[in-house]
Amino acid sequence: MIKSISIETKSGTKNETKNNRRIKAIEAITKTLFLVCALVSALTLFLIIFFIFSNGVPAILQVGFWDFVAGRTWAPTHGTTPQFGMLPMLYASAITTFFAFIFGTRIGKWCAIYLAFFCPKKIYKPLKTMVELLGGIPSVLYGFFGVAVILPLIRNNLGGTGNSLLAAVIILTMMILPTVINLSEAALRAVPEHFFEGALALGTTKTEAIFDIVTPSAKGGINGAYILGIGRAVGETMAVIMVAGNVSRMPNTIGDFFSTSTFLTPVRTLTAGIAMEMSYATGLHRDTLFGIGVVLFTIIVSLNLTLAIINRNQTNYAKES
Amino acid sequence: MSTRRKIKNAINYIKVYFAIGVSVSILISILLLIIINGLQHLSWDFVFSMDAPRGFSLMPMIVTTAIVVFLTLLISAPLGIGAAIYLNEYASTKSRLVKFVRVSIETLSGIPSIIYGLFGFLFYVIVLGWTWSIQAGIFTVSIMVLPIIIRSSEEALKAVPMSFRMGSYALGAGKFYTIRKVVLPAAMNGIIASIILSIGRLIGETAALLLTAGTLMDMPINLRSSAATLSVFMYTITVEQGDMERAYATAIILMSLVLGLNLMANFIARKIKKG
Repeated sequence: MIKSISIETKSGTKNETKNNRRIKAIEAITKTLFLVCALVSALTLFLIIFFIFSNGVPAILQVGFWDFVAGRTWAPTHGTTPQFGMLPMLYASAITTFFAFIFGTRIGKWCAIYLAFFCPKKIYKPLKTMVELLGGIPSVLYGFFGVAVILPLIRNNLGGTGNSLLAAVIILTMMILPTVINLSEAALRAVPEHFFEGALALGTTKTEAIFDIVTPSAKGGINGAYILGIGRAVGETMAVIMVAGNVSRMPNTIGDFFSTSTFLTPVRTLTAGIAMEMSYATGLHRDTLFGIGVVLFTIIVSLNLTLAIINRNQTNYAKES
Repeated sequence: MSTRRKIKNAINYIKVYFAIGVSVSILISILLLIIINGLQHLSWDFVFSMDAPRGFSLMPMIVTTAIVVFLTLLISAPLGIGAAIYLNEYASTKSRLVKFVRVSIETLSGIPSIIYGLFGFLFYVIVLGWTWSIQAGIFTVSIMVLPIIIRSSEEALKAVPMSFRMGSYALGAGKFYTIRKVVLPAAMNGIIASIILSIGRLIGETAALLLTAGTLMDMPINLRSSAATLSVFMYTITVEQGDMERAYATAIILMSLVLGLNLMANFIARKIKKG
C-alpha cells in the first residue's frame, strides 16, 4: 500500500506515468483473468448439457419417444429384439422419491422447528453439529449402513432378500433429512420476531404461535428446502444401488401396487440404471443410457426452476434478509 | 384452554421431540456401527501394507484418493476462487452476464453426481480417448466441486466489510492491489473452510469416479492408469465382493477422514461468524 501512495505523491515525473500505465495494465489483465474464471465455470454447464443431449436425444428418437418413456420392458442386451422401455425405472425413481419426501420432509421440518424454537441453548451446538455431520456422510457410507443394518432387518422381519423398495425409501429418507433440516431452520429463523410475539399477545400458547403462525410464514423457505430434498433423492445413486436390488420391474396393475409385496420387491431407479450398465453397454444401449441421463437432467432442472419460481412468488424471509 | 387445544399442543410437542430423536439416533447408530465393528477389523497391515495382495491393503486407494484430491483442487481452487472474486468484487449485480453466470453455477450445484459421471465418461473417457483413468476422474470431479468452492468463497468475500476496501482505495491502492492485500487476507479463513469442505466432498464422491476412474485396486502408475479411490473401493468391496470385514475397516477410515474434514470446516466457519 505504501508503494502506491508514493506513486501518487511524486507528481510530474516520467516515472509516474510509466508506473500508472503499468498499474492500469495489471488492473485490466487481472479483471479479464477473473472474468475468464467466472465464464469457464459457467460454460462447463453447457459443455455437460451439449454432450449428454447430443448423445441422448438421438437415441431417444431412434427408440421412439413414447416407446422409450412409456415402454414397460428394459431388455437392452436381448439378442434379436432389444427393448428400451424406461418406465419401470421412472416408476422406481418416482415412488422412492415420493415416500422419502413424505417421511423426510415431515421429520425434517419438525427437527428444524425443534432446533429453532424448542432446543435449550446448551445442547443446540452439539445437535446442530450432529445434523451437519449427517449431511457430510458420503452416500456410499449410507449405502453401507443400509447393507449392514437395514437389509438384515427387513430380511428377518418381513421376508425376502431385503433388497427392496422399502430399503431404498428408508435410506433416502435418512439422506434428505440434513438438507431439509438446515434450510428449513434458516427459513424459520428468518421470520420476524414480532410474528411470534404478536401471536403470544393474542393469547396463543408458545406451541400454537410456532406451529400456526411462524411456520406458515416461513413456507416459502421451507418449500425451497423440500424441493432441494426431492432433488437430492432423485439424483442419489450409490446408496440406492447398494440397497434397492436393481431389478427393472414394476407392478402390472394398480391392484398389484397396493398389495403388500410392492414394498418388498427390488427396484431399479434411473440413476442406478445408468451407473450399473454404463461399464458394459455399447452402441444403442449406451446411447439410451445417455437418454436416461437426459430425462434425469430435465427432471432436476425443472425442480430448480420450480424453486426459482417459488422464491420469486412467495415471501421468503431468509432470502430477503 | 379447551381440551382440544391442549391435545393439539401435546401432539406438536411429541412431533418435534420424536423428529429430533430420530435424526440424532440415525447419526449415532451409523457412527457406533462403523466405529465398533470397524475397530474390530482394522489392522495396521490392512491400511499401510505395501505388498499385500490386491484389495487387502488400502494403500493404493489412499494414494489414488490423495492424487485425485490434490490435482482436482489444483484445477478448481484457482478457477473457483477467481470466479468468486469476479462475481463479488468486479461484477455489477445488474449485469446480464453476471446473472447468466450465477444461474449456471446454481444449476451446476443441483446436478447429481451421476450426471457428472455420465458427462465425464462420454467426454473424457470416450471422446478424448483417455479410457478409464485417474485424469478423466480428476477433470470430472473438478467441475463437480466448482460450485461448492465458488459459493462458499463468495460468502467469505461478502463477509469482508466494505470499509476495508474503501480504506484501501482512500490510501490510493488500485483494485487488484486491494483484493490481493486487503480483501483476500481478510477472507482467507472462509476460503480455506470452503476448500476443506470440498476435500471432504471429493473423498466421499463415488458415482462420478466409478464411471470415469474405474474400480481397479492397484497402485496407480501414472495419471493414465485406472484406479479406485477409497469410496469407490468401499462400494466394490461391499457390493461386488460382499466382504463385510474389510468393508467395516474401510468404512471407519473413510468416515473418520470425511467427518474430520467436515468438523474442521465447521469449526473455521463458526470462528468467522463470531468475528
